[in-house]
Amino acid sequence: MKRSNVATQKFIQGNEAVVEGALYAGLGFYAGYPITPSTEIAEQLAEKLPARGGKFIQMEDEIASMCAIIGAALTGQKTMTATSGPGFSLMQEALGYAVMAEVPCVVVNVQRTGPSTGIATTVAQADVMQARWGTHGDHAIIALTASNLQDLFRITVEAFNMAETYRTPVILLIDEVVGHMREKLTIPAPGEYQVVDRLLTSVPSGIDYHPYLPREDGRLPMSDFGGVHRYNVTGLIHDMWGFPSTDPAVAYNLIHHLVDKIENMELEIARYQEFFTEDAEILLISYGSSARSALQVVEDRRKQGVKMGLLELNTLWPFPAEAVRRNSAGKNYILVVEMNMGQIYQEVKKAVQNPERVYLANRFDGIFISHNDIGKVLNLIQGKGV
Amino acid sequence: MPVKRYLRQRFFPQLWCAGCGHGQIMASLIRAIEELGLQKNNVVVVSGIGCSSRMPGYLDFHTLHTLHGRALAFATGVKMGRPELNVIVPMGDGDASAIGGNHLIHAARRNINITAIVMNNNIYGMTGGQSSPTTPVAAKSTTAPLGNIDPAFDLVELAKGAGASFVARSTTYHSKEMQNMFVKAINHKGFSFVEVLTQCPTYYGRKNEGVSPTEMMKKFATTTTSIGSPKKKENPELIERGVFVDQERTEYASSYCEMINQMRKQK
Amino acid sequence: MEAIKDKKNLQVVINAGWCKSCGICIDLCPKGALGRDNRDKAVWQYPDKCIRCGLCELRCPDLAITLQEAEEEE
Repeated sequence: MKRSNVATQKFIQGNEAVVEGALYAGLGFYAGYPITPSTEIAEQLAEKLPARGGKFIQMEDEIASMCAIIGAALTGQKTMTATSGPGFSLMQEALGYAVMAEVPCVVVNVQRTGPSTGIATTVAQADVMQARWGTHGDHAIIALTASNLQDLFRITVEAFNMAETYRTPVILLIDEVVGHMREKLTIPAPGEYQVVDRLLTSVPSGIDYHPYLPREDGRLPMSDFGGVHRYNVTGLIHDMWGFPSTDPAVAYNLIHHLVDKIENMELEIARYQEFFTEDAEILLISYGSSARSALQVVEDRRKQGVKMGLLELNTLWPFPAEAVRRNSAGKNYILVVEMNMGQIYQEVKKAVQNPERVYLANRFDGIFISHNDIGKVLNLIQGKGV
Repeated sequence: MPVKRYLRQRFFPQLWCAGCGHGQIMASLIRAIEELGLQKNNVVVVSGIGCSSRMPGYLDFHTLHTLHGRALAFATGVKMGRPELNVIVPMGDGDASAIGGNHLIHAARRNINITAIVMNNNIYGMTGGQSSPTTPVAAKSTTAPLGNIDPAFDLVELAKGAGASFVARSTTYHSKEMQNMFVKAINHKGFSFVEVLTQCPTYYGRKNEGVSPTEMMKKFATTTTSIGSPKKKENPELIERGVFVDQERTEYASSYCEMINQMRKQK
Repeated sequence: MEAIKDKKNLQVVINAGWCKSCGICIDLCPKGALGRDNRDKAVWQYPDKCIRCGLCELRCPDLAITLQEAEEEE
């Protein structure tokens, strides 16, 4: 397989950008189950992954897919699965296992309209809270998103990097519009984007290795199954060797560790983009495909002399509260633009100094939110009527 | 003695109840691995949830204690990730055939080189004695206080029907036979399935047989017979023991690797 | 087992810490060589009756029984 050493350009859809990003990051194993609107990711990888020596498997359901990528990750592979709402619901138990056992992997959710089967072919962003709290128990999670293919490629690579850095599942929470949208993608040359490889233990054979004892920098070097260190991996509360424990002190420390290793890294994990925010009097906050319409509104109103800006979030979890708080300070009001009934809106209200000035422009009927939809809400806020 | 070499001895005595057959199965599995001369670093034991699934914690191999019913799905990932490893999956009857039934039939269908061991004690032990898909009709459990009306799975027939290329059955009474079947199953290139009938004196026995663990074991001597034995003709109720299927069929992980090689040649 | 010529050298060693007193070894011993101590744990009570067949070791669910050569004893 010839691999280009220079940047290449492609005109492809968002789901393919995820595939390209995953391959760039070194994906070695993919397990999945067909579901609209994520299926193209599986179809593309079924062909592209074995061509690069990686492996693709179509499992019997999404539960099995999530489990299989955890199993393969423990042998040293970078792994991924992709799905949409119903499948993401099925994956929640095993997603929690990956959190508990600290297994790096990437889970793509191309959001469609829910709840339940909803509308399989239309867009939504209503799984934001499911990504955060879908699996049971106290935990933290990383969820990333993007509004265009170039960002999507970059954020996919970052999803793998963060999975390795923090030993955690990372959710790539995109939506149907971004997944199926076609535009130009420039794939950078190898080496242009940083790729974080698995941190392996330097503990030699015969010396006691602690798979769950963090180093001073908080990272936990791994040892692959099949290697010289034989240890236990479990979803039970466990000690530093991975063996089950019911000791309250062990439970306390482990749960704290699982939450802190991500929540305390909010600033490092936060990815966002500021458009015209410096002098803005009105701030829009959006993410995913909604951010495209939000940006258009900002650009249109700027032409009319309105000082408006956009904060586009690429990290949804841990919630980039500092970036939201900083950008919201001193604004006349803040308008959150999203395709659900206010999932990030509530988070923004929690983060800012003046929650009474936070408004919501949203759609949740399967129709892509347009600049007109946002404009109507702006008019209402300004007392201009619809 | 060889068995101890394979144990994480600091966790002993193990947590299983007095007279539980799971320890006997673990011992036979260790003897089979010893007989095969497998290197510890080349063995991965993957389990789900339940009494049976606590086995890997006691074994000095790469061990993965997963979710209820999902052991074979995790194991599929392990095997695809590193096909050279021996992947062994001990499961309980509920774990394997109720919540994990889908994964069982699909692992069998793919014929992926994994050894599945179902420790069938006809009951959910860890949760306190509820009916499982292998609880016999009329047997009592905490969820069938008047006697079970659900027909039971014949796990051997299930595995055969799903396409497992090695299918065998033994019992805890037949320690050597069980060990030999484990040896054959681990050696087999493809999905191997071994059902071991075992006793749960605490929850199944107490509610149904009211006898000692030994008596429960001894029953396996009288209620089972070797495949092809004339006894089966005299008494069709007898459960057969032995190797039911031993076929050579394309193995999943190796055929995938072959596909990779072909794709690379074409490029 | 076959490799060991003189079986009389073998001893049945029972790890009382691991034994859960289920009685399987005692009940299934073909020669009645095993008994119980005052804590109900299995003991090799009648070595003279023992034929060193190893069935107790094979069937002990607690992995508490070992047939080992006398010198090996700790």
